[in-house]
Amino acid sequence: MPEPQVLLSLRGLKKTFDTQEALAGLDLDVYAGEFITLLGPSGCGKTTTLRIIAGLELPTEGSVHLDGEDITHLAPEKRAVNTVFQNYALFPHMNVYKNIAYGLSLRGVSRQETAEKVRRMLELVQLQGYEKRLPSQLSGGQRQRVAIARSLILSPRVLLLDEPLGALDLQLRRAMQQELKAMQQQLGITFIYITHDQEEALTMSDRIALMRDGRFVQLDTPRGLYEQPRTAFAASFIGETNLISATAEAVKDDGVLLDIAGFHVPCNSLDWITPGEQLLLSLRAQRLHVSPEPVSTPCRLSGTLVESHYAGGERTSLIRLADGQLLRARSSTEGEAEPEIGGTVFVYWQQESGVLVRDDRERAHA
Amino acid sequence: MPKPGSVGKHQASREPMAFPMLVYAALFVGLSLMYILGLSLMTRGVDYTAGPPLGAQNYLRIISPLYLRSLLLSLRLAFFTALFCLLLGYPFAYFMARSSARARTWLLLLLIVPFWTNALIRIYGWKILFSASGPINQALLALGLISRPLRLLYTDFAVQVGMVYAMIPFMVLPVYSAVERMDWAMVEASRDLGATPLRAFLTVTLPMTLPGVLAGLVLTFIPSIGLFFLSDLLGGSNTMLWGNMVHNELLKSRDLPFAAALSVVLLSLTGLVILLYRRMGGKAEGMVF
Repeated sequence: MPEPQVLLSLRGLKKTFDTQEALAGLDLDVYAGEFITLLGPSGCGKTTTLRIIAGLELPTEGSVHLDGEDITHLAPEKRAVNTVFQNYALFPHMNVYKNIAYGLSLRGVSRQETAEKVRRMLELVQLQGYEKRLPSQLSGGQRQRVAIARSLILSPRVLLLDEPLGALDLQLRRAMQQELKAMQQQLGITFIYITHDQEEALTMSDRIALMRDGRFVQLDTPRGLYEQPRTAFAASFIGETNLISATAEAVKDDGVLLDIAGFHVPCNSLDWITPGEQLLLSLRAQRLHVSPEPVSTPCRLSGTLVESHYAGGERTSLIRLADGQLLRARSSTEGEAEPEIGGTVFVYWQQESGVLVRDDRERAHA
Repeated sequence: MPKPGSVGKHQASREPMAFPMLVYAALFVGLSLMYILGLSLMTRGVDYTAGPPLGAQNYLRIISPLYLRSLLLSLRLAFFTALFCLLLGYPFAYFMARSSARARTWLLLLLIVPFWTNALIRIYGWKILFSASGPINQALLALGLISRPLRLLYTDFAVQVGMVYAMIPFMVLPVYSAVERMDWAMVEASRDLGATPLRAFLTVTLPMTLPGVLAGLVLTFIPSIGLFFLSDLLGGSNTMLWGNMVHNELLKSRDLPFAAALSVVLLSLTGLVILLYRRMGGKAEGMVF
């Protein structure tokens, strides 16, 4: 495989609004042809990052490079970067054709060539026959498509998308997710995508940059982020997880032995752990198995079954450990016996499903 | 502002709240219009009363070089008033709409405070400014730019300045509201797609604020044709605007029917301008009337 080529890089990006720090120093390399998502709660700095890349905002510190060229201070109209805005920002006084042709008309492209390119774009976003409509005469999904076509017609090196599906209903969202992903692969254009919807991020992205308080918490593939979260925030923001307090009893070369409510549980470790340290163990609800019988695997806990809900193929169980901590498990109902509320149950998992994470929860609303 | 066109039947029947307005419009707009229209067809009697014979004689009298000259002068003055109000008012309105909330309040106040003083008194202010020994001439003399005081007062120039001064809030306010309402993401989108700031302004901001501009043009153009006291105070003896003609016929010659005919011409002109405005801006959103 050829070495992936860095297309866009952010270095030490900081942004302060008045006294409010929006970005606290970001470093990011985006590869050519990549679909990268900036994911995070609102106010984490996603949109500010995107606006700095687009040139609509100047960073307080740091730089933006596109193709090795410093574009930090380049005007937005001179960047080979285009944006699909959150509320589409279609020009209300221009029809669909003129909206899509806008960028080309500024570049003095001939009428014939423009018509041909607009036709191809309308085909790509499946809006043939809508040329004469005004934005106000379109549905949300159609406006979305026009906004995408208007940006893509300029063949940008990077397309920035700021929560482009945020205003659409769930069903349309799902359909557009697949379409956008297919379009991105077909055109080979680099997408930098903003969302606060973790499922959207997981299904569409090549890589996800999880953000919080103006920082990247973790930059990883969807699988890496889900399976190997590095902090409690990352673990709980993506998917459903249990964060269980544990104490490191012994640190060995191949792992850590944890003490959880009196149980000795082995776990894969990272190098920053010292014996006696208080840690959190992230256990995905879907990766937990519940059994009324004792199990022989070392990765197990036991507790009292507090709640149990049958939901067809899946059962949600709530288990209270001896020290009062609660665990939520989603297990398959295949071949199970009806569990007894209040009875003792055993919870077990595969060692690699338990991930030790740093506790960064206190800073949640700094 | 009453809307003669849209206080229609269907609206009145559905909206009992509109009834008082409808009565007001019928009494004070409809009836007086009919009165003036009727009056314009009469003839002045010896004792300054109006009466038969009826006919279009007053209108025929208007078709003369004297009145044609006055009409052209009035239209020219109104046209340049609207134009200068636009050129000066748009940047001000734009700047105001783009300012912080605090600065905006102050700018708006600056614009509105003069309204709290009588217009006549403010025009007297201009008389002092323009007079031969006034501050403008003294400043120019002191700077050595002129050797003799300039004749500023009682000129078309003075009337034009006074008009723009009096009318400019009527341009600023509708333009301000249009600019203020604009979604700036549109301008950002335009820049993002390759427009320089100037191109973005011309292709996005200006068309999107056009309803405000058109409203401002109408609101400054129409009253400028009829304002008579301004040219009375600041203009020379030959600055006879349409408003002055009406004024003279009414109060000096006491020819009520002829004054009415002149008024009807002015009203028709106003109607024509509004019609034109509706034609031009009919499709645009955010029309004022």
